[in-house]
Amino acid sequence: MSTQTAPALVLKSGPEAKAFLAEVDAMAATQVEACYQCGKCSGGCPLSYAMDYQPRQIMRLVQMGLREEALRSRTIWICATCYTCTARCPRDIDIAGVMDALRVKALRRGLRPAERNVGVFHQVFLDYVRCLGRSYELGLMLVYKLRTLRLTEDLLLGLKMFKRGKLAVRPEASRGRDEVLAIFREAAAGDAGAAAGGATGGTGAEAAGPAGGTRSGEAKGGGAR
Amino acid sequence: MTEEPLRYAYYPGCSLHSTAREYDLSMKVVARAAGVELLEIPDWNCCGASSAHVTDPFLGFALPGRVLALAEEMGLDVVAPCAACYGRLAAAREEAARHPDYVRRLEKATGRRLSGSSRVWNVLEWLSQERVSAAVREALKRPLEGLAVAPYYGCLLVRPPKVTRFDDPERPVTMDRILETIGAVPVDFAFKTECCGASLGISRTDLVSELSGRILAAAADAGAEAVAVACPLCQTNLDSRQEAAGLRQGRTFDLPVYYITQLVGLALGASARELGLGRHLVDAMSLLREKKLA
Ligand code: SF4
Ligand code: SF4
Repeated sequence: MSTQTAPALVLKSGPEAKAFLAEVDAMAATQVEACYQCGKCSGGCPLSYAMDYQPRQIMRLVQMGLREEALRSRTIWICATCYTCTARCPRDIDIAGVMDALRVKALRRGLRPAERNVGVFHQVFLDYVRCLGRSYELGLMLVYKLRTLRLTEDLLLGLKMFKRGKLAVRPEASRGRDEVLAIFREAAAGDAGAAAGGATGGTGAEAAGPAGGTRSGEAKGGGAR
Repeated sequence: MTEEPLRYAYYPGCSLHSTAREYDLSMKVVARAAGVELLEIPDWNCCGASSAHVTDPFLGFALPGRVLALAEEMGLDVVAPCAACYGRLAAAREEAARHPDYVRRLEKATGRRLSGSSRVWNVLEWLSQERVSAAVREALKRPLEGLAVAPYYGCLLVRPPKVTRFDDPERPVTMDRILETIGAVPVDFAFKTECCGASLGISRTDLVSELSGRILAAAADAGAEAVAVACPLCQTNLDSRQEAAGLRQGRTFDLPVYYITQLVGLALGASARELGLGRHLVDAMSLLREKKLA
């Protein structure tokens, strides 16, 4: 496992490094080892300017087994899943799929997303879907603001949208919400299994449960707080 | 005509019931005029948007998977006007074929069957199919002559191409053709398929303003007077962040952002009220009045 004190980019070749690469490959159904670092993904990425590692560098981190650097990067939370990289890669690597795999791995390990507000947004969004079967934008915006203390940002815009009837006051529930809750529970159960059974990387075992970041499910359908 | 009417399972998704009600209204106006039946999927749920698939792969599959299962029970193909919903549904259909274990878990949790028999249509495919576009051409009442519109496709209608299998991922033309059909002037520009930042709309407003600004600048510089979209997230970002985007670019934008169905509806003679044109943040009426189109 790499540590804070190690030089930033030391090539790893041990079984642990290979295991990380294999896990990411399997989750994203792609072959990161095929990346030849041409940089086309970074060149076309609309958000590369705001990332700490370029998409190309993330591919390299995965190849080298630098798990911590990849999972703690801001990049994986800045990525907007626009699939420009995936559509263009000359080596047919699903870079956007790799970003998904890294986010899921980070959450399963209980790491708090390096872009905290992005993580909170996803969590509050899913809390509403779990309770109602549908999202609820007004509630989402309010709870997100309370949780991130961004109380004044977008206040005027929110008012304008409200005045034009763009933010429904009452939440809308799906009558299928019991089934939706069952889906969330099944996802949580599967997560626990993946964390326990997927520990092929030895020390890199992923902890189950909702520590810190976004949860995918809970035993009880609590409300958004 | 003696043909059976076209029928679709209609999946509005959450946005069309809140921020994008005008998209829902205009979809129904166009469907009615074209003789297409849209049957809303009963008890539909949220597709999970980006939040589900960035959190857990099974959740990202199963939320849209349940919607597909409901459409199969109706025995119909699905039309999903929201590009993000469309992307999630199309991806789930693809994943169902690759992950029998996911399908089993979904069936266990919901008690429903998923076979992948219902195809998923995005709004541009739906509008451009021969029967619909022929009906639109026939019913045209008010061609949008002289209206220069930048067709903005965004990400999820065309990418990832292995999932969408729709148009050219770098240079799509389907919306351009629809605009021509209704008499408008499609404006070619370089940012047709650039990302507006969609899922970061609330959590990183600075990034969304920057990305939206680049798209609006490219459209304005190419001579567009308005932008047409086929996604409620694109519309919200380009419309509601337009002022902030202008500030970042050091210029003022004045580009109304219409849903493609609003423009089609207008050309079919529907009123501004029926199409929800008063619900936009960037004034959507002045330009139309100036052009004597409303
Ligand atoms: S485009 Fe593909 S091959 Fe090139 S750097 Fe990116 S991932 Fe590697
Ligand atoms: S999917 Fe993510 S990494 Fe790829 S181009 Fe889009 S924002 Fe960049």
